[in-house]
Amino acid sequence: MMNIEEYVRVSSCSEAYEILNSVNGSAILGGCGYLRMGNRAISKGIDLSLLGLNQIIETDSDIEIGAMTSLRDIETNPILKNNFNGSLCDCMENIVGIQLRSIVTIGGTVAGRYPFSDVLPVLMALGADVVLTGAGRVSLEDFMDGKHKSDVVEKIIIPKTSERVAYKSVRNSLVDYAILNCVIALSDGEYKVVVGARPQKAIRATKCEAFLKGKELTEEIAEEAAKIVADELSFGDNVRGSAEYRKAVCVTLIKRALVGGAE
Amino acid sequence: MKVDTSINGRAMTLECENGEFLAGALRRYGFLSVKEGCDTGSCGLCTIWLNGKPALSCCLLTARVEGQEITTIEGMQEEAEEFAHFMVAEGAEQCGFCSPGFAMTVLAMKRELTNPTDDEVKNYMAGNLCRCSGYVGQTRALMKYLEVHG
Ligand SMILES: Cc1cc2nc3c(=O)[nH]c(=O)nc-3n(C[C@H](O)[C@H](O)[C@H](O)COP(=O)(O)OP(=O)(O)OC[C@H]3O[C@@H](n4cnc5c(N)ncnc54)[C@H](O)[C@@H]3O)c2cc1C
Ligand code: FES
Ligand code: FES
Repeated sequence: MMNIEEYVRVSSCSEAYEILNSVNGSAILGGCGYLRMGNRAISKGIDLSLLGLNQIIETDSDIEIGAMTSLRDIETNPILKNNFNGSLCDCMENIVGIQLRSIVTIGGTVAGRYPFSDVLPVLMALGADVVLTGAGRVSLEDFMDGKHKSDVVEKIIIPKTSERVAYKSVRNSLVDYAILNCVIALSDGEYKVVVGARPQKAIRATKCEAFLKGKELTEEIAEEAAKIVADELSFGDNVRGSAEYRKAVCVTLIKRALVGGAE
Repeated sequence: MKVDTSINGRAMTLECENGEFLAGALRRYGFLSVKEGCDTGSCGLCTIWLNGKPALSCCLLTARVEGQEITTIEGMQEEAEEFAHFMVAEGAEQCGFCSPGFAMTVLAMKRELTNPTDDEVKNYMAGNLCRCSGYVGQTRALMKYLEVHG
């Protein structure tokens, strides 16, 4: 049971934004997968489910995903299976089970900025933007830096420019949180390389990205690139793995992502 | 609050607290097949169908099922019994606490996937944990069930 004093099904995002910024202790209710674990008392629970924010729409240049879209709807969506080498669908596969993924939302995932997330590194590598009711369209990378805490996530916009994308993760067991996850995406001839669950938040490996610029990908280049990533990023310990282990695994995952490519 | 919904094909109005999850509400209304195991979204014991697709009732706010269709194993008696024969034949069940949730996922998979590969089956079933059986008997039972009824 969550402690929700008042429950409101809003009729617009601006109404949600207004409540969020005027009522102390109010919260947007995504799928509530994580919200329920916080044991927090919610004075006003804001439900967006009447707003039709559960659509996945393809335009000429982008794919837009409404904030209330479930992770399972993303995983099984034909448009997303046919774009980005299916990486946004693949990264869902180990998130507990289909029954949880049917409930938790992309809006809650983005708003939560979870460092363990399997989804955020992929969205970052794809150069996604977040559309907020108050602040408008911002890049996911800026959003992840912690700005716009009291805003409503309306949708995610992903440009269709990435030609080659690969997502890799390593876990102690199939549906546990990742010990580390890595994504590479090639767009307009340039690579984006993102590593998450370090266990700190996902981050781009910019030195590696610069190293890969203009290079033809061979086993040797991939090996060198992977080592650059492991050296430029910091890793930490938690119950799932040590910093040392993460650093070692990072080399293997990045190499596999680069030369194993789009599996 | 009051929530108008459909459970096993019957229109019902559930009275609940704003923050009550569906697993608790269903049990209060007598749908005792719905088990609460971890109550944190990890074990799959509380699996029901939301509009025909498996969902965790311990994570689904009752308020969210307004106007939606809920199915529990009480509404699937015949099919569930058919599947239970396969479980018994393979000695797949021990304490049986995980079985209603497991069966709801299997019956949904039968509808959603055509000729699934082993990996697809594994992925579909990954959210249903069993602390007794080690999964071998359950997997045999569901594969044989799919061969006959899939
Ligand atoms: C048991 C369990 C295991 C998990 N394992 C993994 C895993 O291995 N890998 C992984 O990537 N993820 C994992 N997750 C996280 C999951 O994928 C979701 O990211 C998470 O549950 C948040 O989504 P939600 O819809 O449940 O959001 P909620 O819990 O409803 O909300 C999360 C936060 O975001 C806010 N919020 C929600 N929607 C909006 C919005 N539209 N605008 C503004 N703010 C909003 C809420 O107020 C809250 O602060 C796990 C979750 C659970 C419950
Ligand atoms: S009781 Fe719902 S997932 Fe465990
Ligand atoms: S048979 Fe006991 S938990 Fe599965």
